[in-house]
Amino acid sequence: MTDTKDPSQETMEGEAAEEEEEEEEGKSEVMQSAATLKAFLMKNSTKTNMNVYDHLTQLLMKVMDEQPNDAVDVIEDLSHDVKRSLYVDKQSTLQDVPQATAAEQLAEQQRLLFSHTGDTVEEEEEEETPLPNISEIGFFLEHAGVGLGREELQRIYLALKQLVESQELVRCRLWGKILGVESSYIVAEVESKELEEEEEEDGEREEEEGVAEPEEGEVSQRDQLPQSTYKPPPAVPKEIVGTGANKFLYYVCKEPGLPWVKLPSVTPAQITVARQIRKFFTGKMDAPIESYPPFPGNEANYLRAQIARIAAGTHVSPQGFFLIMEEEDDEEGEATQDSYDVNNDFEGIPPTEMAESLSTWVHHVQHVLPQGRCTWLNLALKAKEEADEDEEVEEPDEEPDEPEPEVGPPLLTPLSQDAEVFNTPPWTSKLSSILTSQHAAAVLRSNLWPGAFAYACGKKFENIYVGWGLKNAGDGYSPPVPPVPQKEYVGDEEITEAKDPSAEEERALQEALAAQEEDLEDSEDEEESDEADY
Amino acid sequence: MFNTSLVSRITHTLTRFVDISNHRRSVQTRLCWLLYIHVLQFEEIRVTRVKKMDSQTLYFSLELVAGSGHILNIEQRTALQTSLMILRKNYKFGRVLFWGKILGLKEDYFIAQGRGEDELKDKKNLYSFNCMDWFLLPPATNCLINEVSKAARGRFIGDPSHVYERVLRIHLEEDEEHEEVVKVSEENRLAVTIHWIDEEASVVPRGAFIKNPHGIVQMNRSFCGLSDSEARKLDSFLHFREPRNQKESILGMCELNQTIDFLDVLSDDIPKGSWSLQFECARKVCVLRSLLWLGLTFYHVPVTPHSGYIYIGNGYRNLDLNFML
Repeated sequence: MTDTKDPSQETMEGEAAEEEEEEEEGKSEVMQSAATLKAFLMKNSTKTNMNVYDHLTQLLMKVMDEQPNDAVDVIEDLSHDVKRSLYVDKQSTLQDVPQATAAEQLAEQQRLLFSHTGDTVEEEEEEETPLPNISEIGFFLEHAGVGLGREELQRIYLALKQLVESQELVRCRLWGKILGVESSYIVAEVESKELEEEEEEDGEREEEEGVAEPEEGEVSQRDQLPQSTYKPPPAVPKEIVGTGANKFLYYVCKEPGLPWVKLPSVTPAQITVARQIRKFFTGKMDAPIESYPPFPGNEANYLRAQIARIAAGTHVSPQGFFLIMEEEDDEEGEATQDSYDVNNDFEGIPPTEMAESLSTWVHHVQHVLPQGRCTWLNLALKAKEEADEDEEVEEPDEEPDEPEPEVGPPLLTPLSQDAEVFNTPPWTSKLSSILTSQHAAAVLRSNLWPGAFAYACGKKFENIYVGWGLKNAGDGYSPPVPPVPQKEYVGDEEITEAKDPSAEEERALQEALAAQEEDLEDSEDEEESDEADY
Repeated sequence: MFNTSLVSRITHTLTRFVDISNHRRSVQTRLCWLLYIHVLQFEEIRVTRVKKMDSQTLYFSLELVAGSGHILNIEQRTALQTSLMILRKNYKFGRVLFWGKILGLKEDYFIAQGRGEDELKDKKNLYSFNCMDWFLLPPATNCLINEVSKAARGRFIGDPSHVYERVLRIHLEEDEEHEEVVKVSEENRLAVTIHWIDEEASVVPRGAFIKNPHGIVQMNRSFCGLSDSEARKLDSFLHFREPRNQKESILGMCELNQTIDFLDVLSDDIPKGSWSLQFECARKVCVLRSLLWLGLTFYHVPVTPHSGYIYIGNGYRNLDLNFML
């Protein structure tokens, strides 16, 4: 019963309660100040968004984990470390997305160049490989002051090895590099065993085109438009693969390691037009060539045509290295001297002699005639043969004049007979080194085709072309003028040209005719009336 | 050789200090000289680190431009190393660059260029036949340029004393014909050709050269190269010549920095497309080739300060460029 509390107990309790209250008040004061202190400690800094409370917590946790010796001495450093570790985390919110750069992609492709198949090591030592010794060639070219850089040549070497292994080749040679605006071409000259397949492919394509035409003819018959009887002059046929300008096949790649692409054979029309235009290469094989006269083909054809011209103009060898093989005369009575063979007895001409006189060098590629081929073809004969076959075509009244055969310099003519163009000698020859001429090589540089080089040292020689693929045009290139417009047809006795009557003359004529008719009618009426009278 | 401007400034201040001290503070002057020497050594270290197509970096820079087909053989390279050092000492150049080769019918000219304090204006050209004995070329004045453009025709012969002659017929008003004979020696033609090539086809990456407040153009020692994406744009390359085009639009000006962008941009060249930008050497080196002066090759390795240009060619301007593009 609360009422029966002892007053002393009450006071005691009251005192205790007061004490407790006091204590509680004291405690609460302490607690309050502790709470305010804690709140203060947890206030975030305006600069770094951290607060003392969290920082001290982490610091003490770090000390607990690591338990360093003499912790009080290194406590400031630990504090610094804790702060620094926070920064590192905050800055890595942006992650680098790894993008394959062009260099990395190429490196992946070029890695294949360096793969070695261990099986074929023994076989290669026994047989002669069509692969040229590019390291040796690179050494001499460096002495000559030409080259592509050692590492690049090494990559090209490995790429050529890849080409040789993928195709059946009799011979392979680095022809050179043609620079382009967007990218360049590395050209390899090969002699392949498979020659006939390419011709069959071209024949099939022509048949397909022929099939497409009659379909169009059927459509136009309904309209019955007049058909043109114009026949364009026959195109000069291209040379068979393996002869003349098409003697070798050419493979092209943009960077060593990328796949090699075969260039198509060259046609004489392409060579004649390539002689008249002057264009940079862009680096894309299927880019169109916009020029006047219009080039029949795209950049791959233009590239092939320029390669053919450069090879014909600048591939030279020391005299005596090659000998002409004498063949039997053909049916037409012309001796074709287009094959040559390596002379095994060639002893080498000393480089000083080769550098001094141009007659020690000879061309070993056939000259391309103005017709566009290396062997001249009489188009008139061919036209007659076709005329005999077609019975519809009337025979011409006059026989066409026999065109004169085009003759070029025969194979293996010395360079001293090369003509001077634009008042510059066609070749510049030097020794590769002045100070050590005992071991120097003779170097030839072409002035007609800037970028064509040849070197010879003893029994070794090589040709290379590194340049833009353009001939020296002298003072300036002037594009060919379009043809003169044709003259009018001169009148015959049967066909003459007469002026159309003017409007007044027509009216006068009509009036005259009308007057005549009236006269006739009048006369008839008179006759009738006369008859009637009778 | 050290950066002459810095040396001159230091010596100037130190001599003033020495005069003031009047030999009383000999210890301090000694300390000053020690500081001087340390600064010069430090300068040398910095100077040799950042070089372009210089005799210092000739080792590897020739490999990087070899994609155009012409290189120097080992004999010429070693001769150049030696002779360019001697040349720098004799002529007191700030740095000596191998400029290139002009191919002649009989002989080739090797060209070197020495640069003084102002890289744009203090230039001197020298030629040689064997990379050892160098001869100074005259500076290209306007009068010389006129003569050469009238008289010189055909290829370089290779003989500096060869004289090109041309007879010009000038028609005056009263049907009088006045014949003027213009003669130019090949040496002068060489000097003018080098001047033309530098004016029309020299290239530097943006940021490689700075113009200090005195108007002196110097190499930027803290140039750390263009990034990969910047090196693919023609805008990041500038002509190293007195600027001709004045940018008028304010919009363009706000992004530009006056110390760096005081030169003309390559993409403003007429005709457009007269530069070929490619990545060579396994797509790591940015190579620019001029189509107007066939034979000029510029290289820059991105993200490094290495860059430079070289001209190896006939010394002909490609006037058919408009047909060929």
